[in-house]
Amino acid sequence: MALNPEYVGRVYGPGEPYEVSRVKIAEFAAAIGDVSPLCRDREAAVKAGYPDVIAPPTFAIIISMASTKVIQADPGLGLDYSMVVHGEQQFTHARPLHAGDVVVATSTIDSIRALGAMSMMTTTTDISTVDGEHVCTAKSVIVERGK
Amino acid sequence: MTSDLPGGRTEYPPVPPVRYDEVEVGTQIPPRSYQLRRLSLVKYAGASGDFNVIHWNERVAREVGLPNVISHGMLTMAQAGNFVTEWANGDPGAVVELGVRFSKMVPVPDDDEGATVEIRGTVAGKLGDGKVEVDLTARAGDEKVLSRSHAVVRLP
Repeated sequence: MALNPEYVGRVYGPGEPYEVSRVKIAEFAAAIGDVSPLCRDREAAVKAGYPDVIAPPTFAIIISMASTKVIQADPGLGLDYSMVVHGEQQFTHARPLHAGDVVVATSTIDSIRALGAMSMMTTTTDISTVDGEHVCTAKSVIVERGK
Repeated sequence: MTSDLPGGRTEYPPVPPVRYDEVEVGTQIPPRSYQLRRLSLVKYAGASGDFNVIHWNERVAREVGLPNVISHGMLTMAQAGNFVTEWANGDPGAVVELGVRFSKMVPVPDDDEGATVEIRGTVAGKLGDGKVEVDLTARAGDEKVLSRSHAVVRLP
């Protein structure tokens, strides 16, 4: 099923606030193999000039994916999630996320394109603190494989 | 000391600091290999919240036409993040931008070896303000699994 092109430009969110914790950062860093003490040791992070332990650069996917899942679940869009593969991903950080950040995500559908039996959708997610400080922009391309 | 982390290490080795003024366009960053085993995928699923069955259930993966359980694309991307973090003096906060295209899936067999992802990077440009652009590629076996990929890192 082709995606509904009328959904281009739609904005979703901001969703529920997400609190970045030391434990989650340490768990994520261990899972991906980022061995930096800056993700685990508050003293080391403060010494390096950060307010608290910092998240690895791809940690933001936890927040952006929760936001784009709301888009993908919108029945009017017509997406078959079982046929979705991740095409591209980009993060642009104004600064690293750190423990203690409380952030919200807002996602926009930038484009929807049909490529034969496949559809491609590009979304941009803005991640900002609840106080309005922009922290990260996450751009994602997903591909719905044709049946 | 070995570890079960994808990079097979427990800390970044001490290296001479990489400084903006000394970096030259065209410089190749020494390639690194990262081993992804089934356990890596299970850990990543738990840490990221991405429990898509094709990343841990071989029966379902094969039923939907995949050659085996496949790695989360985001886990492969995270290795590119580790690669540039290590080069950028071990500071994950130095990675200002990271962008990848997932060009092929990475099947992860159920054995001790799993899959090996090799990341390569070349300094592509100096952007001013301490920022350097790095072109990245990743291969698993003969397949290019990340293409058109790049990072922007801030150096002292």
